[in-house]
Amino acid sequence: MATVTAVPQPQFRQPGRARLLIGYLRRNLSLLIGLVMLAGLVLFTLIGLLTIDPKDAYPLSVPTRRPPSLEYPFGTDFFGRDLYAAMVVGLWQTALIGVLAGAIGTFIGTVLGFVSAYFGGWVDNTIKGICQILTPIPVLLIQIVIAGSLDKRYVTIYTMALIVVLLAWMGPTLVIRSQVLSMKERQFVAVAKLSGVSEWEIIFKEILPNLLPFIAAAFVAQVFSAMIASFYLAVLGLGPLREPLLGNIIWAAQSQGAFFNGWWWWPIIPSVAIVLILGSLALINMGLDELANPRVRRTE
Amino acid sequence: MKPVFLIKRFLFLILVIWSAATITFFIPRLSPRNPIRERFVELARMGGFSPADLEQIVASYSQRFGLDKPLYQQYFDYMSAVFRFDFGVSLNKFPKTTVELIMEALPWTIGLLLATTIIAFVLGNLLGAVAAWPKAPNWLRATATPFVLLMGVPPVIMGVLLLFFIGFRLKLLPLGGAYSIGTVPTFTLEFVLDAARHQILPALALILGSVGGWVLSMRGMGVTIQGEDYVTFAEHKGLGPFTIFRDYYLRNALLPQATGLVLALGAVVTNGIVVESIFGLPGVGRVLDQAIRSNDFIVIYGIVLFITIAVATLMVAVELLYPLLDPRIKLD
Repeated sequence: MATVTAVPQPQFRQPGRARLLIGYLRRNLSLLIGLVMLAGLVLFTLIGLLTIDPKDAYPLSVPTRRPPSLEYPFGTDFFGRDLYAAMVVGLWQTALIGVLAGAIGTFIGTVLGFVSAYFGGWVDNTIKGICQILTPIPVLLIQIVIAGSLDKRYVTIYTMALIVVLLAWMGPTLVIRSQVLSMKERQFVAVAKLSGVSEWEIIFKEILPNLLPFIAAAFVAQVFSAMIASFYLAVLGLGPLREPLLGNIIWAAQSQGAFFNGWWWWPIIPSVAIVLILGSLALINMGLDELANPRVRRTE
Repeated sequence: MKPVFLIKRFLFLILVIWSAATITFFIPRLSPRNPIRERFVELARMGGFSPADLEQIVASYSQRFGLDKPLYQQYFDYMSAVFRFDFGVSLNKFPKTTVELIMEALPWTIGLLLATTIIAFVLGNLLGAVAAWPKAPNWLRATATPFVLLMGVPPVIMGVLLLFFIGFRLKLLPLGGAYSIGTVPTFTLEFVLDAARHQILPALALILGSVGGWVLSMRGMGVTIQGEDYVTFAEHKGLGPFTIFRDYYLRNALLPQATGLVLALGAVVTNGIVVESIFGLPGVGRVLDQAIRSNDFIVIYGIVLFITIAVATLMVAVELLYPLLDPRIKLD
């Protein structure tokens, strides 16, 4: 018997996880910039929540119409809100609406998309049909009807999130549906079926883990669109008028003719905040797309 | 085009309108608000009449609007009214009907949205095609980038920022409204120029917000087309770069981009309304804004239904035009 000597393999050390992550972020610049912007906003809100008195974000708490100064870095508005405090509370509330509506919408969409694609037949036809009929209806308009029918006294941050989510589950449903449709034809599912794995195990152990990147991308997209939807409702004056939501402040500023009166900081500061928060989410979304879609993923 | 297909699309359209009308019928009735009572309570507070008569007035108005009938009867009446294009009478500007209010405002909105959408679509597609085209000079390819970066900014915000920099700081353009205060709408050159000056900033806001989307999708398509055999073949035939650009790049991207335009219609209208209301332009957006401010529910629901019907009809209509854009397509 001939002895087989192992050929010495060249030493190859797998770089550590942290190194890989940093390397990936360097290639995926949009994800990195988006995350840094988001971290900055979170930091701003956290530091803000510790240093301000939240009461200053509501009317009649500080002197009115002061331009930005050392005491009031973002100025104060016509109704006596400190815009710095209003930005801190408003960013927090905008994020809350976005994350809440995004999470519920993604959850409903994932469940419906799954059920629709996995079971097929009349269930699929019904869910797909409803999505198709609702697609041509501009969602914001229906949200206007709902928000307009509510008593202004009962409109809160949470009702805003619910209004937004009522008509925002169609996007994730269709995305998840198409992914499950392609996934259930793959070989690993067929193998699992032949090995006698039960349906629930196939759903939770075989298909769901493979769907996670798509669900994550759908979630970020959903947070983004929920924030835009609630922002538009607020800009039209349909938000909870007492709260310092970013859209509400812009609506109030335009109603009082802020530019005509020279109070430029009043509408500009919330606008910049919205640009930053939406911009960071858009960049993260683009980055995640690349992560979820390996065909466009760049390698070193 | 087969008649079966036409009938199918028409039925789909009816289904969309019916769903939208059903939603706008039931949501307000699920709500605890009584718009008629609210309206008269407000009037009574301003001293129009003695509050003692309030219940009687509310009852008689409810009867006039048919709110005392059983629910199914109301639903029936509502549906038949919607399909007759009758969206009710304004509570705030009584006796004007919702349709009258919309029709007065519609020319402004259509003018603004048509112009901005066409400009953004053409500009975005050209820039996107150039950005994907390897033979284009580098400076030309780079012009697309700023538009892509601006894509994440909603047009309303773009409007506020433009108002600040161009209207407020540089004082180049007016800060809002459709024409200068004190002028009367007439068909003189002076007035038309004045109105046009007021449209520049809102139009710019809408264009800047949407060009980037077209650039991205067109660039993606251009990259795919480059790899196609027919492009290589055309090059080997000795066709000039401009001919290839026009007949091979643009022509092939036309259909998917037109589909994208149809899908974007809802967003176009939505952005248009919000921008109009923030700039105080006399379009449908301001009618909606005033209706929201004065709790004029019937006008709010009427505008929502009107826009939904318009958008859905346009979507189906453009779909029927596909064979003209791409002769390979047969609808059935």
